[in-house]
Amino acid sequence: MSSKVLDRSDIGALFDALAGEGYRILGPTVRDNAIVYDRIDGEEDLPVGWTDIQDGGSYRLQRRDDNALFGYAVGQHSWKEMLFPPRTELFRVERSNATLRFVPTAVPEVRYAFIGVRACELAAIAIQDRVFLGSGAVDRTYQTARHEVFMVGVNCMVAGGTCFCVSMGTGPRCSDGYDLVLTEVIADHRHEFVLESGSDKGEDLLARMPGRPAGPDDHDQVDRTVARTASQMGRWMGNEGIKELLYDNLQHPRWEEVAKRCLACTNCTLVCPTCFCSTTEDSVSLDSAVATRSRRWDSCFTLDFSAVHGVPVRSTTKDRYRQWMTHKLASWYDQFGSSGCVGCGRCITWCPVGIDITEEVAAIRATQGVMA
Amino acid sequence: MTANTAAPSSLQPDAMLPRPFRVASTAADTVDTVTLILEPEDGEGFHFAPGQFTMLYVFGVGEVPISVSGDPGTAETLVHTVRAVGAVTEAICRLTAGDRVGIRGPYGTGWPIREAEGKDVVVAAGGIGLAPVRPMLLTLLAGRHRFGAVSLVYGSRTPGDLLYVDELHSWRSRFDVEIEVTVDRAGSDWLGDVGVVTSLLPRIPFRPENTIAVVCGPEIMMRVTADEMILRGVSAASIYLSMERNMKCAVGFCGHCQFGPEFICRDGPVFAYERIRGRMRVPSL
Repeated sequence: MSSKVLDRSDIGALFDALAGEGYRILGPTVRDNAIVYDRIDGEEDLPVGWTDIQDGGSYRLQRRDDNALFGYAVGQHSWKEMLFPPRTELFRVERSNATLRFVPTAVPEVRYAFIGVRACELAAIAIQDRVFLGSGAVDRTYQTARHEVFMVGVNCMVAGGTCFCVSMGTGPRCSDGYDLVLTEVIADHRHEFVLESGSDKGEDLLARMPGRPAGPDDHDQVDRTVARTASQMGRWMGNEGIKELLYDNLQHPRWEEVAKRCLACTNCTLVCPTCFCSTTEDSVSLDSAVATRSRRWDSCFTLDFSAVHGVPVRSTTKDRYRQWMTHKLASWYDQFGSSGCVGCGRCITWCPVGIDITEEVAAIRATQGVMA
Repeated sequence: MTANTAAPSSLQPDAMLPRPFRVASTAADTVDTVTLILEPEDGEGFHFAPGQFTMLYVFGVGEVPISVSGDPGTAETLVHTVRAVGAVTEAICRLTAGDRVGIRGPYGTGWPIREAEGKDVVVAAGGIGLAPVRPMLLTLLAGRHRFGAVSLVYGSRTPGDLLYVDELHSWRSRFDVEIEVTVDRAGSDWLGDVGVVTSLLPRIPFRPENTIAVVCGPEIMMRVTADEMILRGVSAASIYLSMERNMKCAVGFCGHCQFGPEFICRDGPVFAYERIRGRMRVPSL
């Protein structure tokens, strides 16, 4: 795989090349005082010169003192909503003369290019690949959206206040799953991007980019950028032996304590790039001739999520917080061979009361073996 | 990563799309429970293993997991016994002959038939839990010589809640199967047992070290029965339960049916007690 250095003034060539190949380009952009993922047409739509200040329950945009294109961490959106949309129509049922005809809803075949996918997000996509494609049944919607994505990764130049990818082993360097990865370098009156290919598609595209071949100094610059970001992590997850820790502490009093703060609002599950739970919804046309079945995101924090015969198995917030956290950090290993957490920090930032998953784990670890 | 991100194959069946079935007949078992006989409309038959379930879809109302309660030797029809406990099951119980439904499946693990060969088999059922073990009982009786002593202990709330009463009578008339029935409460016209299912266990023949137990009912009933079997010398690895959880997809996508690391839909619903015993003691898991 090869690499190149593009001047800031040439980055538009990347957008032109992707658009020229028919990709729908999605990337970070500023909307409603936050950095979200949406359709972007060119570099001018990126959050130029913005950064974000993140902490438990807090997210603010702030001007940078430069014009960096990728000088921020992840926001409340993740690529999950492109590959596993919040609402998907599954099929329609046509009823006539008492017979039913089940008609699968066509899945739109869109070729997406994702711009600015962070290392933690590549790890999250790899996890959802295992959920929807790699563990038995194949999800048609996910597979259709997923298989043609052109993935442009970004090695993070800053870490957010709630980031902990280093402790989860997922970042900040993009190591796998991208077609191209870029590292933004702003130093000595230079503003450049080091582009490295990670696939044949990426290699083809890179060959058509302007710029000069990357040299040892450029690769050193990438290493320094990644090392600096790694040293800035806002949080740290004590992940060693975490499965056994949580399995052994299902009745720890900390669950009761965190439940006093948790609003069971479901924010953490919606912003989480790996949470995959869904429910189904049915609707019927006014003349009762056509019924529609849809799938939409669900959350283990809702009361009816676990209801059997109308009675919830997990009736208290304590039960539901324990389910979410032990699934994410422990039983995920048994189910899919990895943690369900990539250390992106979204659940901490977007929790309205600032509950911090790393702090909850540390609290249980510090007092493990205690029984409620 | 190793996951299959290749182009979608046109051969890949849509995991969420039901097959159309026609309601051939319905019969009320009790005041709130109906047995439906369904026929596939695509002419492909329906094959399942005892203990498996389907996702049963009612037009515009929804879809629920229901254990198959019919004879595994019959592929022409699909039999479900359904108790009305919610919007979808109430709609199912209102269906009449000629109505159409959607079926996905069968899904999940089955009862341990091969493991039971040559051994005594104790089937314990509570309430509607008799429906998921009926295919197992039919299999045991159809291949009776392949098994040791076979018994059923069955409990329901009242005599009026007993399922498959005619069948229970006919099984009781056989000399090669032990059938014991109890109810939680009854009027003076009931001359049978009153009490919990476990109170029937001392009466039935089984060699503890050479027994397979098949248990299906409310979770508390299954736990108490399994523990009682262990006290009587049966190993936790030889006791099988069928677990129930909320379920939306049955193929491991929706997340609803998780019980610790297990997805009830694909790792279960039938589990060896040994595998889930610890977790059954954690409230509200």
